[in-house]
Amino acid sequence: MQFQTIKEINDGLVSKKFSVEELIKDTFALINENKVLNCFISLNEENALARAKKIKVSKDSHLLSGVPIAQKDLFCTKGIKTTCGSKMLENFYPPYSSKVEEALDAAGSICIGKTNMDEFAMGSSNETSFFGNVHNPWKKGFVPGGSSGGAACSVAAGLVPAATGTDTGGSIRQPAALCGLTGIKPTYGRISRWGMIAFASSLDQAGPICRTAEDCSILLDAMTGYDSRDTTSLNLDPTNTYTDLKKPYENLRIGIVNEFNVDALSKESQTLFNESLKVFESLGASIHKISLPNINQSVPTYYVIAPAECSSNLSRYDGVKFGHRSLEAEDLESLYINSRSEGFGDEVKRRILIGTYVLSAGYYDAYYKKAQQVRRLIKNDFEEAFKEVDLIVSPTSPSEAFEFGTKGTQDPTELYLEDLFTISSNLAGLPALSMPHGFVNGLPVGIQLIGNYLEESMILNFANRFQQRTDFHNAKPTFEGF
Amino acid sequence: MSWEWVIGLEAHVQLSTETKLFSRASTSFGQEPNTNVNLVDCGLPGVLPTVNKNAFYKAIRFGLAVDAEINQTSLFDRKNYFYPDLPKGYQITQMELPIVSGGKVEIEIEGAKKIINLTRAHLEEDAGKSIHEGMAGTGVDLNRAGTPLLEIVSEPEISSAKEAVAYMKALHQIVTFLDVSDGNMSQGSLRCDANVSIRKKGDKKLGTRTEIKNINSFRFIEKAINYEIERQIDVIESGESVTQETRLYDSIKNETRPMRSKEFANDYRYFPDPDLLPVMISDEEIEEIKATFPEMPKDKFIRYQSKFKIPENDAQIISSSKNLATFFEECMENAKDAKLLSNLMIGDISSLLNKENIEITDSKLSTKNVSELINLVTEGVISGKIAKTVLEETWDSGLSPIEIVESSGLKQLDDDDEIERIIDQIISEHPDQVTAYKGGKDKLFGFFVGQIMKATQGKANPASANKILKDKLDN
Repeated sequence: MQFQTIKEINDGLVSKKFSVEELIKDTFALINENKVLNCFISLNEENALARAKKIKVSKDSHLLSGVPIAQKDLFCTKGIKTTCGSKMLENFYPPYSSKVEEALDAAGSICIGKTNMDEFAMGSSNETSFFGNVHNPWKKGFVPGGSSGGAACSVAAGLVPAATGTDTGGSIRQPAALCGLTGIKPTYGRISRWGMIAFASSLDQAGPICRTAEDCSILLDAMTGYDSRDTTSLNLDPTNTYTDLKKPYENLRIGIVNEFNVDALSKESQTLFNESLKVFESLGASIHKISLPNINQSVPTYYVIAPAECSSNLSRYDGVKFGHRSLEAEDLESLYINSRSEGFGDEVKRRILIGTYVLSAGYYDAYYKKAQQVRRLIKNDFEEAFKEVDLIVSPTSPSEAFEFGTKGTQDPTELYLEDLFTISSNLAGLPALSMPHGFVNGLPVGIQLIGNYLEESMILNFANRFQQRTDFHNAKPTFEGF
Repeated sequence: MSWEWVIGLEAHVQLSTETKLFSRASTSFGQEPNTNVNLVDCGLPGVLPTVNKNAFYKAIRFGLAVDAEINQTSLFDRKNYFYPDLPKGYQITQMELPIVSGGKVEIEIEGAKKIINLTRAHLEEDAGKSIHEGMAGTGVDLNRAGTPLLEIVSEPEISSAKEAVAYMKALHQIVTFLDVSDGNMSQGSLRCDANVSIRKKGDKKLGTRTEIKNINSFRFIEKAINYEIERQIDVIESGESVTQETRLYDSIKNETRPMRSKEFANDYRYFPDPDLLPVMISDEEIEEIKATFPEMPKDKFIRYQSKFKIPENDAQIISSSKNLATFFEECMENAKDAKLLSNLMIGDISSLLNKENIEITDSKLSTKNVSELINLVTEGVISGKIAKTVLEETWDSGLSPIEIVESSGLKQLDDDDEIERIIDQIISEHPDQVTAYKGGKDKLFGFFVGQIMKATQGKANPASANKILKDKLDN
């Protein structure tokens, strides 16, 4: 039952082609056959099978009823180990569940396991995980992207139809692009952050990674909705993107950004981008050039704000109450120093140091405050742009998947540029999607659609129409080298 | 050389909300360690704070009472530092935009009034407690973690330890009357840090200041500040200079001493808390708070005199304490004589409270029992003298005065025939005194009254006894 979509699984369950139990057993068999991918940190086999036995699916059931879903390992799942890809939380069993887990549980889906990820979601290649590299199913030894690398890998390999991810600077869209999948980060505040282990609170947002835009809409609708436990949660009803797939969004105006220097990309990437624009036009859209004057400040702005917030958010891991505690500690100070030195990896330490520095007395105004001001300017740029266009389009990432250990090993900022196109929508809090639109060197690449606030329906509707016209989302990985 | 001192206080007032500032855990005091703690209080990965609006309302009440500006948009910031009893590694506080700006508090020293201006008052969460006693290592109790505090910062306008105490007492009065805090200092509901510096009289420039942390009684405030002033004078007069530092007051040795530098040498890296949106307070909310504003001491002082006709001095004492005022008003729902009540409260009841050094709310005295006692006197069931005995009994046992009077036979003797019988017997037993009285020794009347009271254990109705005795002796 590999490579099925949510829709196909639902059809199979409703028409009794297979039972939930058979489906779940088969899913674990597939996962075990593909252990080499390393996309799961822990599996929830016993609970999932017990739950499968209880779920009966009819045509009135939720579309997610009985559907296996992989949870990124930063969503707290009660009684199920939640590591955040870190040694720090290697043995952390949360006493409560995240809002996302509660919502998916209520919809009837089955949590299969927890997916591998960059440590504390800091990374773009899944190489910072304490639990090892994750292979891109398209080519062994190549990265799946990050930080939701395990999530993208599990869906791309066809083990599960859908996975949850989180996106602080591109962590849903970039791995979706590198694995040939569709993923959406909704408007900031659409999905409650309750129980989602924080990296950078003002940027973190959950979202789905699936094979198709249609599946993303089903999962997104189940994840969204107001939650009083998160004061940044938008006081709105859950999204209706699935029913809105049928709405006619006519004559959409689509903007391409002057300042995104697409000319600097490879010839193949440019060709793919232009071909996709032609498909957009064939769908009735018009293409317009727009300017986002401050957009090129996105990466430096992000790498001040995100580390600042992370340096504070990660202060709670001190070896006192939960998480890794050093056995070498002799006094309070060495308890802190040793526990944190042993528990965190290099990238996390790097960002804590950057964040601590930019918040320090004497540097706050020059860095953090300035970055917040630039963030405001970037937001304003988008607000102006959305007066002229309905959607903004760009490549999702500068290149296709790369080999383990080839980017950012000498200069970490090289890897930070992976998020060049994705970061600005986190800074502005805008919804953005990535979907596959072709191949470079035999590896999938993605195209990004950014919408105005709360326009998830428009984005998914347009992506769905693109997928009705194209076949990239149906391509199955070649498992080269496995 | 003659010196003057400059003192500014940072008072920490624990707000009397049912639940914590950012979680729904209870704030009740004295529970088993780590029982008033939920997921948010222990800062588990993935939890988020939500704002307790009641804490804001209490802060606003305080702001309105001291004529301050209420910031209708206020913001929370993170103060980052590591400590075992600080679960998140940062404290949520208000730095940039506190809920209350400015304001003033009036104090009185030996009849002279003075205004102390406030800089600001902001909301913040309390930390937990580290416990070192009775265990091998250090324990952490998070019951207190997240309890709402209002930090009230004064301008450096306080010029003596006495003024500092008067200022803290004034704050205590305001926060207790407004039901902003229970003001219980022994439980830490009101404590303060004092910034102290000295300068030559007439100098404009402020001297180097030290900060004395966490003083939790009026007495210690006075002692700690006076010690610190003397210490600074000694330092300067011996030719050295004062070091800017944080000090702790040791009440046992009556001295201040520097804290270890590690305990405070922090760059707190304040920044706006991204988990909390700015808190907006509407005009309507402020109007509602104004509309439910409780009566303050000044108004009570006037009302007690006009409505209850109690003496000015009694009204002054009762109205200035939230606990006494509440007790008095509750008694007056049933008590039939306000003057008798106020007299009892500032007399016998006050001395009992002072003797045991407790608040009236911590005693066994109930308003029901005290009003019952007052009514027993006004109805002539017992005499004022017996009332004192009954008060002591109800103070000790908490029993109702009616029960006490009945079970111990303290009821006033009103039966004129019985009184006459007793008087007849006394007269017959003291023929010499009767003769002397009749011979002009009027003072002996008191001797006979004394004999009557002795024979009746003080229960004879004094008016009746006087009248019958006079009739008997004069005829």
